[in-house]
Amino acid sequence: MDTSQYLEIFIDETKEHLQSLSDHFMVLEKEPDNADTINEIFRSAHTLKGMAGTMGFVNMQNLTHKMEDVFSVIRDGNMKVTPDLVDLLFRGLDALEAYQDNIINTSAEGDETNKDIVDALIAMKEGKAAPAKQDAPAEKPKEEEAPKATTSVAAGSGDDSLRKYRDISFADFEKNAIKEADDQKKNVYGITVYIQENCLLKAARAFLVFKELEVLGEVVKSVPTVQDIEDEKFELDFSVVLITDAAEKAVVDAIMTVSEIDKVSIEKLDVNAVVNGGAEVRTEESSKGADSDSSDVQQAKPQAAAAAKQAKDDKKAQPKSSGKAVVNRSVRVDIEKLDDLMNQVSELIIAKNGLVSVSESDAAATDSQSFTEQIEYLERITTTLHESIMKVRMVPIESVVNRFPRMIRDLSKKLNKPMELYMSGEDTELDRTVIDEIGDPLMHLLRNSADHGIEDVARRKELGKPEQGSIYLNASQVGNNVVIEVKDDGGGIDVERVREKAIERGTITEEQAEVMEDKDIIDLLFLPSFSTAKEITDVSGRGVGLDVVRSKIEGLGGDIEVRTKKDEGSVFTIRLPLTLAIIQALMIELGDEKYAIPLNSIETIEDVAVSDIKYVKSKEVIHLRGTVIPLVRLYDLLDFPPREETDDNITVVIVSKGDKQAGLIVDNLIGQQEIVIKPLGKYINIEKIISGATILGDGEVALILDANALV
Amino acid sequence: MAAINMNDDVIESTQYIVVKIDDEQYGIDIQYVDNIVRMQRITRVPKAQSYFEGVINLRGEVIPVMSMRKKFFLDDDVETNKTRIIIVKTEAQAAIGVRVDEVREVVTLFDNEIEKRSYDKNKDEANDYLLGVGKNGEELISLLNINAVIAEDY
Repeated sequence: MDTSQYLEIFIDETKEHLQSLSDHFMVLEKEPDNADTINEIFRSAHTLKGMAGTMGFVNMQNLTHKMEDVFSVIRDGNMKVTPDLVDLLFRGLDALEAYQDNIINTSAEGDETNKDIVDALIAMKEGKAAPAKQDAPAEKPKEEEAPKATTSVAAGSGDDSLRKYRDISFADFEKNAIKEADDQKKNVYGITVYIQENCLLKAARAFLVFKELEVLGEVVKSVPTVQDIEDEKFELDFSVVLITDAAEKAVVDAIMTVSEIDKVSIEKLDVNAVVNGGAEVRTEESSKGADSDSSDVQQAKPQAAAAAKQAKDDKKAQPKSSGKAVVNRSVRVDIEKLDDLMNQVSELIIAKNGLVSVSESDAAATDSQSFTEQIEYLERITTTLHESIMKVRMVPIESVVNRFPRMIRDLSKKLNKPMELYMSGEDTELDRTVIDEIGDPLMHLLRNSADHGIEDVARRKELGKPEQGSIYLNASQVGNNVVIEVKDDGGGIDVERVREKAIERGTITEEQAEVMEDKDIIDLLFLPSFSTAKEITDVSGRGVGLDVVRSKIEGLGGDIEVRTKKDEGSVFTIRLPLTLAIIQALMIELGDEKYAIPLNSIETIEDVAVSDIKYVKSKEVIHLRGTVIPLVRLYDLLDFPPREETDDNITVVIVSKGDKQAGLIVDNLIGQQEIVIKPLGKYINIEKIISGATILGDGEVALILDANALV
Repeated sequence: MAAINMNDDVIESTQYIVVKIDDEQYGIDIQYVDNIVRMQRITRVPKAQSYFEGVINLRGEVIPVMSMRKKFFLDDDVETNKTRIIIVKTEAQAAIGVRVDEVREVVTLFDNEIEKRSYDKNKDEANDYLLGVGKNGEELISLLNINAVIAEDY
């Protein structure tokens, strides 16, 4: 087995643990004595260390190991958390995130050892731990001992139901292998491993156990079979027969280095019984538990160490050999969708053959009518093919939102405000690329609602609302867009407070504040570093909320708006395009170049007489049905050579972004077209005003203007 | 890469594509070259770095094209029927076109035919673009450090 197939799982889990570490570090910053947090950090660091080690990421393992060491000292009460330490931990976290990014991009962790951080951690531990107790070295728990604190090893005491390996029946060749091993004076163990109930990736854990066991010896038999275990076709336990030189304790320790293992039961198999007997295998009891310190175990240690060293060497070699196996981003596809695709491709081939036969038939018969018919047929197929492919790329939003109820429950406890999340439309589908990006903004909004929106119980009673606050997350498809609503029945946005705050911060002047409508005031919330929470909490209110949400959503080609009513709640409405890859666009001409403007940002197209152009603050504007719209001369903006304006009339494409509008002056309109968006490549530096390129029917490349950046 | 045995010492060799830019010959390590295409219509990209000519359509992919002449601050490009665009791919998913005056030949240079350039901080920046100078018979070929050439200027 090769670890590369577990890379994705590793990355997912690492992300989770890093997130958890970062959350807890923040808690720690404020509550240095919080024992739960310290334990949680210890656990996360420990798991992370184990995972990194198994995957062969040595630097990452080393760094997390040092973090874990420091926390073990803190956990034992021999050291206090200081602001310095927290700073250091955050630096360590950044370094870990850098490793993670490297791994995602190249599947190798990179050469950075972060020695300064490691050294600082060691110094921190030595410096503070040593004076606290003279036998400081004893404080450092050995790696192998750590898991024991949380897991139990079923020693050879009486509980037979745990010994599933006793029920294993053997085939002849397996019996031979066992007999041979016995003749060579090797140990034959029956082992049953129990995985913790809440373990999500049983197969991966089982795989890691196998990996550990294979280092020690040979696994001759496994129930269920290795294949079934890999496919996760087993409950919480599996049994194996291991032939090894190592002692029981070494085997148990090796298995226990894998996290989320509940318990292990192990004993020496009676080889005679196995070889001679049928299904009923008599076993020779050995009552050495994990804590046993018999000579047997002592003797095994060097062997285990050697084996571990060898394993380490193997691991070192691995990432290199796997080269640049970058994690692939995959989509699970319903087989029916694939069948549809297949059918359409077959039709495409038929259509192509139709065209061939038309072109091959006699010149007289090649009338344009049959040719046109074939083209129409082809067009119909490509349209349905496009739709099907889009469907394949679609993923239900469920995969993102299913972690939110838990989050709200936790928040509810943390904030001491009873609240419930109601979700609907989880089956609404969005393009995979959008799905990947939408999670964080939604989380921000939900946290916002929970923290700022829902009032505390006393206030809710006062207002005659039910004690329990409600937050709604509704998704639905509207035309070519997906609309996601985050709604709460809380206090709504306090417009006056936003106004005060904006003035206080100098975002707007008092005069401005007086004339601004409530709606515009609320829009201020989307500005960077604007948070109205009176006190910063760890839930939200760090001032990096709504502006990030908006920029992310706009980056996806969507928009966000908010409606609010005091004491009744607020609604954030996100509108996203169904897909990013193919859009409807208006093709325009500037000089001799062609550009595309996405249709969804275009309001109208106007013919304007040059004499109607007015100047406001020496900027060109036009009056259009009561609104003043600034003009953008694309010709000049896009660095064309200067030219004389001669026309009496100009063509203006009015584009909008939210409530704001701008008029883009273009030379000519070509028409509406469905375009495929292509990236411009990595090397070229493009301004925000160009969002990509597309290839036109004649093979020419046209650039796509980002109207949002022009408004 | 190939190797020959010479007095029991194995000498590594590398193949280079020899291109002409202005009056000089440059070599580009063949392992980075994905393709060589004839000059075609280039769509200008406003606001891009000055040495970028624009983008082309290469079999359905949009690929940026830079001009070696512009990068090296030489005279402007003149399009002839020898002008070529070399598609360089130093990593998957990131192709870039490099416009050169002419593509000459492919040569195999052994390590002992290459004069490695000495590292000297005081030398001008253009030197970073060179790995060394190769001797192909009587002719000298400046070997381009293509990664540095296509990397962005800071």
